[in-house]
Amino acid sequence: MIVRLVTVPFVVRAVEGLEVAVEYALLIWKKWDDAHDLSREVFAKYGEFGEAANEAGILRGGTALRPAIATTTVRVRDEEVLLSDGPYLESKEHLSGFYVVDCDSLDDAAEWAARIPDATTGAVEVCPLMTLD
Amino acid sequence: MPGFGSAEDVFRREAVRIVASLTAATGDLELAQDAVQEAFVVAMSKWPANGVPINPAGWIATTAKRRAIDQLRRDQRRSEKLLLIAALEREPPNVESHQDEILGLIFACCHPALNIESRVALTLRTVCGLSTAQIAAAFLVSESTMAKRLVRTRTRIRLTGIGYDRPAPERLSARLPAVLAVVYLMYTEGHTAAQGPELTCEAMADEAIRLGGLLEALMPGEPEIMGLSALMRLNHARRNARSEDGNLVLLADQDRSRWDATEIDAAVGLVHRAARIGGVGSYWLQAAIAVEHCIAPTPQATDWAAVVRLYDRLVDVTGSPVAAMNRAIAIAERDGPEHGRAVLEPLRPLLDDYLYFHATDAELARRCREWSIAAAAYRRALALAQNESQREFLVERTSSLATRTS
Repeated sequence: MIVRLVTVPFVVRAVEGLEVAVEYALLIWKKWDDAHDLSREVFAKYGEFGEAANEAGILRGGTALRPAIATTTVRVRDEEVLLSDGPYLESKEHLSGFYVVDCDSLDDAAEWAARIPDATTGAVEVCPLMTLD
Repeated sequence: MPGFGSAEDVFRREAVRIVASLTAATGDLELAQDAVQEAFVVAMSKWPANGVPINPAGWIATTAKRRAIDQLRRDQRRSEKLLLIAALEREPPNVESHQDEILGLIFACCHPALNIESRVALTLRTVCGLSTAQIAAAFLVSESTMAKRLVRTRTRIRLTGIGYDRPAPERLSARLPAVLAVVYLMYTEGHTAAQGPELTCEAMADEAIRLGGLLEALMPGEPEIMGLSALMRLNHARRNARSEDGNLVLLADQDRSRWDATEIDAAVGLVHRAARIGGVGSYWLQAAIAVEHCIAPTPQATDWAAVVRLYDRLVDVTGSPVAAMNRAIAIAERDGPEHGRAVLEPLRPLLDDYLYFHATDAELARRCREWSIAAAAYRRALALAQNESQREFLVERTSSLATRTS
């Protein structure tokens, strides 16, 4: 079964007084290896992260992606649909999952990103979501 | 016009307060900076005729606030503008105490999520009040390039959600290194113009020292801020002895009577106060080393054993190969050039592209009377020189060797 990326809808920035909350996508980049599934350990660590984020009230969504072996890249050129085997970027790292969090500042979002298990060996991109201004 | 001769200075000193408070109120640095700039332009056109107001800073603040409100009204897109306008109109333009806002602004401009050059440029513009043209000149780019860079950086701050609030106490120590790195780079960029014919670029170095002083005032009792301030001031105190007719003069050869004794005393005091507070870090250690040099009446009187001990700790704390290289020099002074060379050699693979490594290698080889090794090392250093003064110094050293080897 291929997991489809859930597109997150545009959100309006919440303004309470002058406090602004911004939603961020935390995109998890993980070093490629041969494992096809998350190990129990890693699964458990992600579970802990999810619980902590939920309790803090910042979690808005997220999921894991199947490893890159399962990814297909689609391009449309001259009205022709072209499929290719594997991720868009040829690299040692690939997108392995994401979270959407609601934080007061980049510092908050970055702190949460640093707690994601794969941040220690891979990287997490912190991307503010597009907003309606 | 009384009190008007240094209008530029008034503006630069006061501007950051007003920019900081407007930024805190609106969450928009670009808006705040433009508003204050416009207020200043109005002041420059009205004050000559009408006289300087009793409270110039207050006048600028009020005018800037009006401008910001006008701009917000004109801006079609902002959904929260009514809230912002209401908040701005409520708040009196108080410029007395804005320590937290200024600190927050500094931390925002120096955020580690911004690349270091952008941090330095934006801090020079926003906190130090240098003009875009001055900053462009310091970075050796065109004014329009620098203007674009500044806009991009402010936009990035806005879009990423870097706040302007003073960081929470528990985050302060994690965020401080990024700020200190900006100040240090500002100072070192000012200290050696990498490509130009002159050795110093006074304006940036002066701004760095002023910024260090500002940080000391805003965050008193922070040992690394004190350490960095002291380090810069000790270095600054030696500036009149560092070059003769545009030529580089080594520390050991400098005329110590041209060192600023008052500045040295003040910096030494700062180093001791920081030591009493505790929390010794890399800037403090570098300052303490500089103290050993600055308090020695002659190069021979330098307490090299103390210097080596400080370098031991510095290398431990930073793991820096350059610090290890300087440690090798200190060991050469304490124990003799052969010992220095023994400690220097393992660093070669790490520092092969570093001019000062080869200059050091050459100097220590020369002291061991290894003339041809020294000559080769000076040639290698010369190939890496990026500065007229460095080049001339190395050429001079090489030719003084030639008289020995022939």
